[in-house]
Amino acid sequence: MSGTANAFPQALSRLQAKPNGHHPGWLKGLRRSAFQWISERGFPTAKDDAWKYTRVAPILEIPFEPAEPGTSRRLSAAAVDQLANDFGGPRLVFVNGYFAAGLSSQKRLPKGAQITSLASALVDEGEALESVLSRPFREHPHAFTALNCALAEDGAFIRVPANTTVEEPIHLVFISDTGAVPHVSHPRSLVLAGAGSRATIVETHVGILGDVYLNNAVTEVVLDEGATVEHYKVQNETETAFHVALLDVRQGRGSKFSTHSVALGASIARHEVKVALEASGAEVVLNGLYMPRGEQHLDNPTTIEHAAPHCTSRELYKGVVDGRGRGVFDGRIVVRPGAMKTDASQTNKNLLLSESAQADTRPRLEIFADDVKCAHGATVGQLDQDAVFYLRSRGIPEDAARGLLTYAFANEMLGLIRVEPLRSHVERLVAWRLGTGGGGMAA
Amino acid sequence: MLNIKNLHAKVEGRDVLRGIDLRVNAGEVHAIMGPNGSGKSTLAQVLAGREAYQVTGEVLYEGKDLLAMPPEERAVAGVFLAFQYPVEIPGVGNLYFLRTALNAVRKQRSLEELDAMDFLALAKERMKLVEMDQSFMNRSVNEGFSGGEKKRNEIFQMAILEPKLAILDETDSGLDIDALRIVASGVNALRAKDRAMVVITHYQRLLEYIVPDRVHVLANGRIVKSGDNDLALELEKKGYAGFELHAAGHVPAAVGATP
Repeated sequence: MSGTANAFPQALSRLQAKPNGHHPGWLKGLRRSAFQWISERGFPTAKDDAWKYTRVAPILEIPFEPAEPGTSRRLSAAAVDQLANDFGGPRLVFVNGYFAAGLSSQKRLPKGAQITSLASALVDEGEALESVLSRPFREHPHAFTALNCALAEDGAFIRVPANTTVEEPIHLVFISDTGAVPHVSHPRSLVLAGAGSRATIVETHVGILGDVYLNNAVTEVVLDEGATVEHYKVQNETETAFHVALLDVRQGRGSKFSTHSVALGASIARHEVKVALEASGAEVVLNGLYMPRGEQHLDNPTTIEHAAPHCTSRELYKGVVDGRGRGVFDGRIVVRPGAMKTDASQTNKNLLLSESAQADTRPRLEIFADDVKCAHGATVGQLDQDAVFYLRSRGIPEDAARGLLTYAFANEMLGLIRVEPLRSHVERLVAWRLGTGGGGMAA
Repeated sequence: MLNIKNLHAKVEGRDVLRGIDLRVNAGEVHAIMGPNGSGKSTLAQVLAGREAYQVTGEVLYEGKDLLAMPPEERAVAGVFLAFQYPVEIPGVGNLYFLRTALNAVRKQRSLEELDAMDFLALAKERMKLVEMDQSFMNRSVNEGFSGGEKKRNEIFQMAILEPKLAILDETDSGLDIDALRIVASGVNALRAKDRAMVVITHYQRLLEYIVPDRVHVLANGRIVKSGDNDLALELEKKGYAGFELHAAGHVPAAVGATP
């Protein structure tokens, strides 16, 4: 498994010959050009500014095989519950990037709403999806989006018609279950929110303890005028795995999008969020909590593009870094010419729990318009020793005191999760990670 | 209960405590008075286990070596410090914090841990001692509390944790007369024959409400005079000036003999 420095690219080059006969012509073309892109341009290096903080080399050393359908050790619904929880709404489960109908439940949906697998949507919709599906790769080409574009087999397809509300959270579960041979999967999801529609989407990414895999996911969300989408992502991959993901969002006039990312797992993870505010009055909220420990490397690049006037963006990311872990926040806000009355704020706070923990924070504001309000702030600090002593002086052991204060730091982010069963699920994950009781601690 | 012998403490190369001897028995209330910078708060912090100081000498608490115990061990053994400046802890609820602390103490005393409901009942009862509003329980520890509310919260914590040795560090500072009365009556209600208290204060005013059995004057890191409550009244009239000079060894004591 410890291959050469380019074991993965070599494994990829063997794929080219593989036919993908079941795809429509336009998709074959798109996949070919994406594959072409990567064979010509290759993987990013440290010289690539967008990848400044994340070394790709450890990923390229592993000759990942493409995941096949049916490689699963036949996960039961109970096992999925345990790995990813059940939040009561419709749940689509993908194993190694392939839809697992038997583990999924569509439940009752409002008229016209589609919650299904992308593969089946492609059969029904065909060419209508070409322009959206090609966009993330064409707009932000880098090796991993190109790979996803070239090799994705399935993912979630969600379409909420105009003025329709899906009340219950739609849960998308991406499970990697690869066994002894390292596998790569490329889940590709698409969310189309019609004008005035409302939906809540929860993505969970998990794996099986000890497996080595690469989960290379792309999720695209398109909000028409006045749509509201609340998106959550729990990245709890197994700590021997790799996670590279892009969340690509486009917002229409007066639409509201929020995403909350909780990054706990993976050896190396890079969860990129790109939001384009394309028409006036759009609002976006990006929240993130990342908690690397051990040797984990968790990178959170975000780009918010204010391309239209009167748009609002709010961004709050918090890092809790322990051991020799490294947490990265690389937040870019671009205000295009003419995007007057832009109101943007960005905050990143980091707590270092050990001497060798590392946090990198890079706020980047690129403002090309007048009459805008843009604020940003970043901090990197340690636990307040006065607070640790105060708790200890009341009989709370040092470890527990530190855990309590760390939980309190993270808790601000947990409090922002509005889906109650998801919030308690994440509270448990975080409390378990910090070795604190957690429950009921918040003020 | 508490026996301090030749206690020295240094911080950043500066001698703050320079040979303290003090004996406090169960049931007694001792006042330690002194001017700013005399080492009063350092004494309180050293007894609670603050690690910032280099400490030499001996402190026996119920016959055990107190200085060898980490702060949390001292707390569960029954030592309590009411802080001069209680720390604000955003994100940690007062109720959760106190229940965690009480259960740590109860575990040490081989008592069953209290669940949230039982604890709430106890908290409601003890809050009355310091006339605290129940809404305090649902706020973060000391966050956004006024000076007086923070001091009341300290005494409330003491009422919950039921220590054997309570050290009150300038509990009167920053209190108006009403808050002072409330805090003092809370403290008086907790006086007991098996509980000792060390009340540290700059002003005699507090001692009108909490009448001590013994009064000690601390100056330049040493106890320079001890007496009964009359000593506090004398200090109120004459001030600390003579003591400081005396402790520095320049001129004879202005008041009374050497300790």
